[in-house]
Amino acid sequence: MVPSSNDHAGVATTARPIEKRLEMSRRSFMQFCATLATTLGLPKGAEAAVQQAMEAAKRPSVIWLHFQECTGCTESMLRAEHPTLEKLILDVISLDYHETLFAAAGHQVEAARNAAMAANKGKYLLVVEGAIPTRDGGVYCKVGNKTAIELTRECAEHAAAVIAIGSCASWGGMPSTDPNPTGAVGVNKIIDKPVVTIPGCPPNPYNFLATVVHFLTFGSLPPVDHLNRPLFAYSRLVHENCERRAHFDAGRFALQFGDDGHRKGYCLYKLGCKGPETYANCPTVLFGDAGAGTWPVGCGHPCIGCTEEGVGFTKPIHMLAKVKNVEPPAMYPGLHESQGQGATLGSAAVLAGVAGAAAGAGAVLARNLGKQHAEAEANTDKSEV
Amino acid sequence: MTKHAHAAPAPVGGRLLSPVTFVLGVLILAALAILAVRFVYGLGTVTNLNDGYPWGIWVVADVVIGSAFACGGFSVAMLVYIFNKGEYHPLVRPALLASLFGYTLAGVGVLFDLGRWWNFWHILAPGYASPNSVMFEVAACISLYIVVMWIEFSPTFFEKWGMKDARRKVNKAMFFFIALGTVLPMMHQSSLGSLLVVFGTQIHPLWQSIVLPLIFLISAITMGYAVVLFESCLAAAGYRRTIEMHLLTPLSKIMLGMLGVFLAVRFGDLIVRGALGYAFEGSVQAAMFWLETACFVAPFVLLRAQAARRNPARLFVAGALLMLGGVLLRINAFLVGYDTGEGWSYFPSVPEMLVTFGMFAIEILAYIVITRRFPVLPREDAVHGAH
Repeated sequence: MVPSSNDHAGVATTARPIEKRLEMSRRSFMQFCATLATTLGLPKGAEAAVQQAMEAAKRPSVIWLHFQECTGCTESMLRAEHPTLEKLILDVISLDYHETLFAAAGHQVEAARNAAMAANKGKYLLVVEGAIPTRDGGVYCKVGNKTAIELTRECAEHAAAVIAIGSCASWGGMPSTDPNPTGAVGVNKIIDKPVVTIPGCPPNPYNFLATVVHFLTFGSLPPVDHLNRPLFAYSRLVHENCERRAHFDAGRFALQFGDDGHRKGYCLYKLGCKGPETYANCPTVLFGDAGAGTWPVGCGHPCIGCTEEGVGFTKPIHMLAKVKNVEPPAMYPGLHESQGQGATLGSAAVLAGVAGAAAGAGAVLARNLGKQHAEAEANTDKSEV
Repeated sequence: MTKHAHAAPAPVGGRLLSPVTFVLGVLILAALAILAVRFVYGLGTVTNLNDGYPWGIWVVADVVIGSAFACGGFSVAMLVYIFNKGEYHPLVRPALLASLFGYTLAGVGVLFDLGRWWNFWHILAPGYASPNSVMFEVAACISLYIVVMWIEFSPTFFEKWGMKDARRKVNKAMFFFIALGTVLPMMHQSSLGSLLVVFGTQIHPLWQSIVLPLIFLISAITMGYAVVLFESCLAAAGYRRTIEMHLLTPLSKIMLGMLGVFLAVRFGDLIVRGALGYAFEGSVQAAMFWLETACFVAPFVLLRAQAARRNPARLFVAGALLMLGGVLLRINAFLVGYDTGEGWSYFPSVPEMLVTFGMFAIEILAYIVITRRFPVLPREDAVHGAH
C-alpha cells in the first residue's frame, strides 16, 4: 500500500529489516502484529497498520519511572516472548530512561533522562511504575534527590502521553492498603493530564504492549473506561470468560484447597475467587506464554482481584466476592449424577406380581383349552367307535 | 386365492363394558395420569432412567418388544401374499389388527422416552434428518409402515361404514401396499439389531454380533407366528368361539421351521464368534441367556409330535413361551447385556411399569372394541357350518 513511503522511512530510520532486529521470522513478526491487533480488538486490516507502524520504527522515546513498587511489572514484561520484550523495547521504542534496565547509574543516567526529554519535547511517552507517596511532602520515595511527586510532574509536563503500569501506579495498589503509612496514591492524583492505567499485579505484558503499539500505530492511546483502563483489556469480568464458569453455573464448587472438588477443577468462588467482581482479560490472554491454563484460576488459585481498586489488597483473599453480573441461583442441580438404583422391593414386587398373574392366567387358560381338547378327542373317538 | 372359500369376516358383537374392559380402562387412565406428570415435570420424576441407562422399558418394552409382537400382521401377510398360502387368509385381518395398534403405539411410545420430545419431528424433517444414522432408518421405516398398515387395514372400516367406492379404489392399489408392508418391517426389525451393533463393546458378547440384525429379524418373524397362535387361542377363549385348529396346526409347523432357522443362526453365530463360553460364567447375563434359550427351545419340545400340534393348550403355551423368548432376547440385548461402565444400574420404577402396562392395555382394549364392532374375525356360524 505504501511501499515508497515505507522505503523512505526504512532508509531514514532503520538500518536492518525489522525481523532481523527482532530476531524472529517474517511469519512470526506478522503473527505478532495480528495478535496485538486482535488483543486491541481492532477491525480486520489493522494488523497491516500495526505492521507498518512497527516497521517504520520511529522509535519514540520512552521515559520509565519507578516509585513505590516491587519491579514486578518490569519483571513480567521481561518474560514476554513474542518477541522478547527487551528486543521490542530496545528496537521498536527508544527506552531512554529505565532504572532497572539501565547499565548506567547516578548523574550519568539523570543526564540521559534530561537530554531525552529535551530532545523529544512533547513527543515522548511517560510510563510510571509504582505508587507515589504524598505524606510528609513525599519524602518516602526519592530518586536523584527529587521526590516521586516532583519527578512525575517534571516528566509529565511535556510528555505526549502518560501510561501508569501496574496497580500501584494506577490507584495506589498494595502500598496504599490501610493504614497506608506513606499516603501512597496513583499517578492520576498527582498530575492533571489523562493517564491510561494498566492495573494488575503484575499486569499482563501484552496489555501494556498493545497500548504502546496502539500509540505507535494511531498516534493516540486506546479508548478507556471511567477508571482510564483500556476497554480492550478491562471491559469484561474475569468471571465472564473463566474456564471454570460452567462449574459455577452448575453449582460445583471447591470448598477447601486440595479437596475433591478442587482436584476436579471446580469453581473457586467459595474459596474467595474475586473473578465475579474483577474486570480483566486474564482468562483469555493468560500469562507467561506457557499455554492453556497458565493463569491464577487456571492453576487452582482464586483470583485476588489485583486489577480492581477496593478489591485487590483490600478484601481478604478468602472473602466471598460480590457477584456483579449474575446472582448464584438458590437451587443447584446435584453435585453427582445419580447412577440409578437397582430393583427396589416395591418395583420388583409389582413386576413379580404381574408376571405371576399373567403366568397363572395363562396356565388356567391352557388347562381349559386342554380340557376342551380332551373332550373333543374323546367325542371323536366315540363317534369313530 | 380365489380357490379358497372362506367365511367372510363379521363383527363379533356383544357388550363393550365388561370386567375385563373396565380393568383395561383403569390401567389406561393410570398410565395417562403418569404420562401427564412425565410431560409436565420431566423424565426424572417418574422413571429410573439415568445417564448410564438413557433408555428403559419405555423403549425396550413399548417400542422394541411392542413392534416385535406386532409382527403377526407382517408374518401372516408374507405367508398369504408372498408365498401364496391363501388358506391362511382368515388370519390376516386379526393379525393385522394386533399389528396396527402394536406399531402405532410403538411410534407414540418413542415420544414418551424423548427428553426433548417436542423436537421429535426433526428426525424426519429434511433439514435435520441424518440419512446415515441407524436411528433414522428405524424412525423412517416405522412411521412409513404405520401409514401403510392403516391403509392395509382400511377395508375393514370401509366395509363397516358402507364406503364401497373407497373400498374398491383402495383394493386396486392394495398389492403395492402389501408389498411395502412386507419390505418395511424387514428393514426396521433388522435395524433394531443394527442399533446395538453400533454400541460396540458396551453390549455383552452373548448378544453383540454383526449378525444381530438377522437375529432380530428372524426372531421377529417367528414371534409373529407365535403371536397369531397366542391371540387366536385367547380370542377363542374370550369370545367362546371355536379355535381355527385347521389353520393353527399347520401354522405352528411353519413357526417351528422358522424357529429352527433362528436357533441355527443364533448358536452358529455364538460358536463362530467363540462367545459361547460366556454362557457358562456365573453371571446374571449367563443366567438370563439360558432362560432366553430355554424359552426358544421349549416350543420344539412341546410341539414335536403331530398330535401335540393339534392340542390348542400346547399351541397356546408354546406360542406364549416363544413370545417370552423374544421378549427376553430384546431385554437381554438392550438392558441386561448393556453395560455403560462402573456403577450404573437400572430397574424400572413402578410408574414406568404402569405406563407400559397401560400401553398394552390400550392394544388389548382396541382389539376387543374393534373385533366386537368391526368385521375382523371370521363369521362364527359359517365356521360351524363348515364343520
